[in-house]
Amino acid sequence: MILPWLLLVPFAGGLLCWQLERFGIRLVRWVAVATIFIVLILAVELWLTGDTAGRWTEQFSVPWIPRLGIRFALSLDGLSLLLIGLTALLGLTAVACSWREITRHIGFFHLNLMWTLGGVIGVFLATDLFLFFLFWEVMLVPMFFLIALWGHNIPGGNGRIYAATKFFIFTQASGLVMLVAILALVFVHNQSTGILTFSYSALLHTPMSARTEFWIMLGFFVAFAVKLPVVPLHSWLPDAHSQAPTAGSVVLAGVLLKTAAYGLLRFLLPLFPHASVEFAPIAMWFGVFGIVYGAVCAFGQSDIKRLVAYTSISHMGFILVGVYAGTQIALQGVIIQMLAHGISSGGLFILCGQLFERLHTHDLRKMGGLWARFSRLPPIALFFVVASLGLPGLGNFLGEFLILLGTFKTYPSVTVVAACGLILSAVYSLILMQRAFHGKPSDEDKLRDLNRREIATLGTLMAFLIWLGLYPQPILNTSRASMQALQTQFASAEAEIRPASAAREAP
Amino acid sequence: MTLQQLLALSPLLILSITILVVMLAIAIKRHHGWVATISTAGLSLALLPLVVYYCLPDSFALRLPQTVTPLLRIENYACFYTALILIAALATTTLSHGYMEGYRGNREELYLLLLLSTVGGLVLVASRHFASFFIGLELLSVPMYGMAAYLVKERRSLEAGIKYLVLSAVASAFIIFGMALIYSQTGTLVFSDIGASVANGERIVMILGGAMLLIGIGFKLSLAPFHLWAPDVYEGAPAPVTSYLATASKVAVFALLLRYFVEAHAYRYSVLVDALSVLAILSILIGNVLALRQEDLKRLLAYSSIAHFGYLLVALIASGALATEAVGIYLLTYVVTTLAAFGVITLMSSPHKDHDAEILFDYRGLFWKHPYLAAILTVALLSLAGIPLSAGFIGKFYVLGAGVDKGLWTLLAAVVLGSAVGLYYYLRAMVQLYLRPRWVMPFSAPRNWATNAGGGMLIVLMLVMLVLGVYPEPFITLVRAAGLSGQ
Repeated sequence: MILPWLLLVPFAGGLLCWQLERFGIRLVRWVAVATIFIVLILAVELWLTGDTAGRWTEQFSVPWIPRLGIRFALSLDGLSLLLIGLTALLGLTAVACSWREITRHIGFFHLNLMWTLGGVIGVFLATDLFLFFLFWEVMLVPMFFLIALWGHNIPGGNGRIYAATKFFIFTQASGLVMLVAILALVFVHNQSTGILTFSYSALLHTPMSARTEFWIMLGFFVAFAVKLPVVPLHSWLPDAHSQAPTAGSVVLAGVLLKTAAYGLLRFLLPLFPHASVEFAPIAMWFGVFGIVYGAVCAFGQSDIKRLVAYTSISHMGFILVGVYAGTQIALQGVIIQMLAHGISSGGLFILCGQLFERLHTHDLRKMGGLWARFSRLPPIALFFVVASLGLPGLGNFLGEFLILLGTFKTYPSVTVVAACGLILSAVYSLILMQRAFHGKPSDEDKLRDLNRREIATLGTLMAFLIWLGLYPQPILNTSRASMQALQTQFASAEAEIRPASAAREAP
Repeated sequence: MTLQQLLALSPLLILSITILVVMLAIAIKRHHGWVATISTAGLSLALLPLVVYYCLPDSFALRLPQTVTPLLRIENYACFYTALILIAALATTTLSHGYMEGYRGNREELYLLLLLSTVGGLVLVASRHFASFFIGLELLSVPMYGMAAYLVKERRSLEAGIKYLVLSAVASAFIIFGMALIYSQTGTLVFSDIGASVANGERIVMILGGAMLLIGIGFKLSLAPFHLWAPDVYEGAPAPVTSYLATASKVAVFALLLRYFVEAHAYRYSVLVDALSVLAILSILIGNVLALRQEDLKRLLAYSSIAHFGYLLVALIASGALATEAVGIYLLTYVVTTLAAFGVITLMSSPHKDHDAEILFDYRGLFWKHPYLAAILTVALLSLAGIPLSAGFIGKFYVLGAGVDKGLWTLLAAVVLGSAVGLYYYLRAMVQLYLRPRWVMPFSAPRNWATNAGGGMLIVLMLVMLVLGVYPEPFITLVRAAGLSGQ
């Protein structure tokens, strides 16, 4: 019964924030903190007490629209548990980092923030395809408002409403393609079994021809590829990030992008194992292209938030490669990479926000020499930058290393090119450091340094990154059973499709 | 005529009596409030037998289906659409009351016209014969000329009325010519007999007749490429009339179209189905694309309605029991949503001013002034855009489902593309509500808008929109009970 609470708390908390605004804005902020804290506590409790070794740790299911075989079905396993924990953690930092930045319509802002988080948690829990799609779309509307109403109109950009609309149209349109694919899957299942159902577990082994499977898979892939984003479909991301408020960027990069990776792991691979195996090389090359393209574009940016946005594209490329490699090591690497990227990019966006609060610009050309003007901010920034470039000992390194290790055996060429992306990531990370913090300061005045709230926020994220880098075993244990099941399925599909190559590798 | 038949006809009869009462009431003493009350009471009374029939099927004496004369057939299908039209008329009446309060001319005849038009709609959804089809259609349309041009001193209202009159008359001419062609081949005017005797007629003339009918109906439903009147009439007509035009009249015509296609076996002419597909794709694309740059909310909703009837045609083309269900659900969600959207426009406007509150800029910052009113419009726009948790999503879901079931991939691609384009203008309209308000708002709803009849009705519509989106099962059961026989 704990699962509906995970959903109910953020949605109800959001409404509460909205209505409490009339009693004072500090109250709103603390209610928001309390809301997310409850979610975090629930997640931690599930983590400590739950058993993640089996198929599902917790399940909840009630009939919803019996006519169409739709149930309100929620299930939780290690994978969803970790991502919900990440959502709660980043949600807390998102509230914290908007403490001073957001001054208008605070109640409505927190309503939207809470509902976005609620929608994301719903995506991570839903095991009914209709419900999954519902949450997939529901989280977009509040996110749209976050960008459109509290975003920045960056000079030279097209404005925040443009960015928000672009984000919404890209993700919603691709979502509709997925809806058609979901319906096609359900009707194919209905034709072969006579049962109309949207249940994930029932649809898992739907018999269908290879051609049908491929087309339906592609429908899902389009939606996930836009959200991840995969390179030709990525153009909404830099725009959205550069205009979004800090909290919006944190949630967008930290958790919204992860819903796509989650969708690949939870739905695409298990529902269409054969088509996925067929599609794997193509998807991986898309991923590799994204790694290189994102890195090269990041290098060329002068807007610091756009730069971080392009690094996200590059890092998400690793996730795509890892998912389609399908080996146990690579899949575990994907988990670590998702968590580490969520935290490190969240930290970087918070730093961008803090710079913006002090300098009122995102433009790297107007920065420079900042190391001399702060005492605490630059070293912390250095920490997140080297985390993002994959310094051993921090989470990102581990994720990328595991992904490359797990991919090398089956796709050495992909691995080689992807590994070169690591060099590029060092280049863009160091250039970011160089241009923002070193060089000749434009002004000698000291700037307001980080206060305790900001240090606490960033310190927490730093602690998590170090934990992920040094002792990831508890995390890996949590996700092991889910990833094991996925890998087994992937391997058996591969054996069916490529018996020759499997046999060749066996000895 | 038996008691059963009288009972089956009771909504129609009650409404006709109401018209007489309203006419007498106006003749005795002009009183706006009284006339509005009588009309509301009459419409509610007409709705009552349907509610009782649905809720207590065993204890109520009525047994359906009933064929009343060769013209009308009352079954669950007709009852469902009757109820939908009555609800739309009821909503329009309550909205008109607040809106017309500010009008200085004669206000009472609007209700008379509205009731007359509603009777036409009721005839239309129950008709199984070309004669009742045509009578119903004219009874539906002719009062609407008067309604559109009701604010006679306004140039734009008058223009809307005349434009609608001319084009509607042309459409009726097409329809009657189509009927004549079909009659010449089959020798019957009853839909089902046309379906049965179709084999002996000459194919090409039958197709031509069907095409003529489609053109006429296309005009009435404002399907592209027969959509040119819609934006002008929507813009010029008074806001409550527009809400009636967009909902009740289109629902009635669409319900008839579906019945005709099923009963007269029009699906067997693949040329006609192909023509419908072309109309659907054109409507979806043209409606959505032309709405993109609209600054006028009423025109925007006109184009959006063109696109929505394109989506509905996809369900019609899919054919079969699931498609009938999809049409029912979609029309239900469409009516509720459109009424809510126009309801907000009506509350914001008044015939005092020389035009309604229709420019998007008029709505800038509404949320910070009237949060609940803006929330209703937001939900309505999201629902029109088909975002989950609102009614419109369930409708779109059904349409996509019906299309996937029959493998209509081209049409589905058009629906997806159209919806994606549509998002742009719905979001554009929606975000206006939340921007920083203007210093002086030229239009504003009265402070106590929620306490008058129209405001209360809007809140109910808002709740229905959300319930439909969150828990549609009871509505699905209702629509499923209203299937057409012969499928």
